[in-house]
Amino acid sequence: MEAIILQVLNGLDKGSAYALIALGLTLIFGTLGVVNFAHGALFMLGAFCAVTFSRLIQVSHTVIDETQKDFLGNPLKVDVPYIYDFFGQAAGDVMIDWAVPLSILMAIPVMIGIGVLMERGLIKHFYKRPHADQILVTFGLAIVLQEIIKYFYGANPIPTPAPDALVGSFDFGVMLGFDPGGIVYPYWRLVYFLFAAIVIAAVFAFLQFTTFGMVVRAGMADRETVTLLGIDIDKRFTIMFGLAAAVAGLAGVMYTPINSPNYHMGMDFLVLSFVVVVVGGMGSLPGAVLAGFLLGIIEAFASMPEVLNVLPGINQIIIYLVAIVVLLTRPRGLMGRKGVMED
Amino acid sequence: MTKSNFTRRGVLKTGAVAGAGLATPTIFTGAVWADAHSGFTNAPQGDTVTLGFNVPQSGPYADEGADELRAFELAVEHLNGGGDGGMLNTFSSKVLDGTGIMGKRVEFVTGDTQTKSDAARASARSMIEKDGAIMVSGGSSSGVAVAVQALCQEAGIIFMAGLTHSNDTTGKDKKANGFRHFFNSYMSGAALAPILAAQYGTDRKAYHLTADYNWGYTTEEAVRSSTEAQGWETVNSVLTPLTQTDFSSYIAPVLQSDADVLVLNHYGGNMVNSLTNAVQFGLRDRMVNGKKFEIVVPLYSELMARGAGENIAGILGSQNWDWKLENQLGAKYAGTNAFVQSFGTKYGFPPSQAAHTCYVQTLLYADAVTRAGSFNPCAVVEALEGFEFDGLGNGPTLYRADDHQCFKDVVVVRGKENPENEFDLVEIVEVTPVDQVTYAPDHPQFAGGSLGTCNPGA
Repeated sequence: MEAIILQVLNGLDKGSAYALIALGLTLIFGTLGVVNFAHGALFMLGAFCAVTFSRLIQVSHTVIDETQKDFLGNPLKVDVPYIYDFFGQAAGDVMIDWAVPLSILMAIPVMIGIGVLMERGLIKHFYKRPHADQILVTFGLAIVLQEIIKYFYGANPIPTPAPDALVGSFDFGVMLGFDPGGIVYPYWRLVYFLFAAIVIAAVFAFLQFTTFGMVVRAGMADRETVTLLGIDIDKRFTIMFGLAAAVAGLAGVMYTPINSPNYHMGMDFLVLSFVVVVVGGMGSLPGAVLAGFLLGIIEAFASMPEVLNVLPGINQIIIYLVAIVVLLTRPRGLMGRKGVMED
Repeated sequence: MTKSNFTRRGVLKTGAVAGAGLATPTIFTGAVWADAHSGFTNAPQGDTVTLGFNVPQSGPYADEGADELRAFELAVEHLNGGGDGGMLNTFSSKVLDGTGIMGKRVEFVTGDTQTKSDAARASARSMIEKDGAIMVSGGSSSGVAVAVQALCQEAGIIFMAGLTHSNDTTGKDKKANGFRHFFNSYMSGAALAPILAAQYGTDRKAYHLTADYNWGYTTEEAVRSSTEAQGWETVNSVLTPLTQTDFSSYIAPVLQSDADVLVLNHYGGNMVNSLTNAVQFGLRDRMVNGKKFEIVVPLYSELMARGAGENIAGILGSQNWDWKLENQLGAKYAGTNAFVQSFGTKYGFPPSQAAHTCYVQTLLYADAVTRAGSFNPCAVVEALEGFEFDGLGNGPTLYRADDHQCFKDVVVVRGKENPENEFDLVEIVEVTPVDQVTYAPDHPQFAGGSLGTCNPGA
């Protein structure tokens, strides 16, 4: 029983990342009709916003400490962050410790900016081109972004820890009346799940309860009619692209304490996120979220030794198997709408 | 209006001739063919000799490849008489005098393995056929090493392996033209087991998470058999996909088992992520069977350990070499300080074990050629087989003739609790003497395959 609860929890946090990325993907597909293979790269750029922010607030000047020696026997050069000079060491340490959550403040405008730039600068030229062209150009863009990040940050993963207060794990099992130590769950993963839930709710609320959201939904349903009513739907869709980029970016920022970010992390999520979108139903926002969590949980269960003993290797193919079954039984995906990508 | 001078027939004829020229393997048209008298591939012409350094310059191991390349550049500089001479001053063999190799100035070309076997073979082939490389070295993966070693055997080139740890490189896939200085999975297991038993006791239950590829299998087998011989029990072993990034669903079942040790047979990015996830799930603070839960990483990589940050604190593992060896364990490991001094002065930070093995392999090749008095691969093989040397940082070392594997002490390290800087992440726990990690050439973990005979090519 403990094992099942633990794998559900694991599936939820994995599913959170899938859901956030797939939400952005399907938002872009639903509004602009573009299959954006650079969306994984936006997730990666978000993670590197956190890395950049934590490096920026640790920009230092060097002080030579004659009492200590470096590995060659020369006097040790000690780096003192400027932030210590500005705010004092105690406040500086707190800011450095909380760098990942604080970097959200930087990531939102940066990611919206990148999203808008990407859409206006490149992707809008491909609206009328076939999906194959869109896939090629966005995939190429993803590789370019990846290589740029590798040039500046190297290929190694960069440790970006959570704040000290949120490091470690808590015993979930004791709360539920199980033996101690049976269901131990890291704090930060819980934070990630809650954060994902808030972002998803905010995106839905924005689309559901604001006039802007209403126009966008109307545009998704019938672009031509909305345009005929005198509304500049392209401008709103550009903003939606920025918003989708920000959602992917935030997913990346908060993911950095779970796994040290590297330039390749976007690609690791991209293919799975596309499967999530297809299983959820192309263009369906609730479908993407539902499929994200569902596939996350199924993947977690497939990695259990009890399952692997019976079906070795199932962990590597389970998501694709589920996708095949769903598409055979429900060709439009779990919550797909009629007419999407069927022309 | 422009007038074209091309005719359809003309273009076809030109294309056919050019195509035939391009289709002819360059191995038959390059320097080799011109120098048939010397009887071996890429016999050096003129006053230079070209070495080929095949390292990952892109992909997830690019940083490790960059460090290997730094070491190769330094070795070439020292061979040509530049810099402070580095380990040439401490090497027990004294035939290298800073005038290149046999009086020929050393030049080098580089290739990008991308840590993919096919890409590595393509870049090695290009260096051999187009650039006339007489020796190929480098690499950061056993899959690549085995693939490139086989290619060098076919082409009649010496392969001085870089970082490759799988038993198979000098086991079932060994080749007469290939040589490995780096240690292997068996040696990691043999070196670690007694220290694990001493540190954690002999009554332990181990849970293995193993990367699902060749190196993972040989490492798990080596660590399992060595620890089980010490009295440990292996309660479970799970293969994890090489592409896995989040290991939480593999870590969770460890909590449910009664294991009190987790062995992570992972390397590189896999190691960083699985270790980080294991620490997140509180495994380091856990008590099982009345004992503190422990995590073991059989093969440490200092460069990758940086990615795991403070999570490596207290974790035991093994290394081929460490830059602090001579300072902490004395003159037996002479050469270490000379190399660290040269490397540190040139690049500003201490070298990794990948850099060390690449530097040493280049010197060993140059030395073997000089002692043999010939660049002929078969003469080089003869000079390296059974060669005993010292002063290259690992203490007395033997290049065993039976399998072309170096035998030397193995360093057991532990992640530092409070590292002073990003280059000082591990502390040396102990050095396991060479006789404890030596095995018979026909040991079951190395069964199958044979060296065959050396191939001079041409």
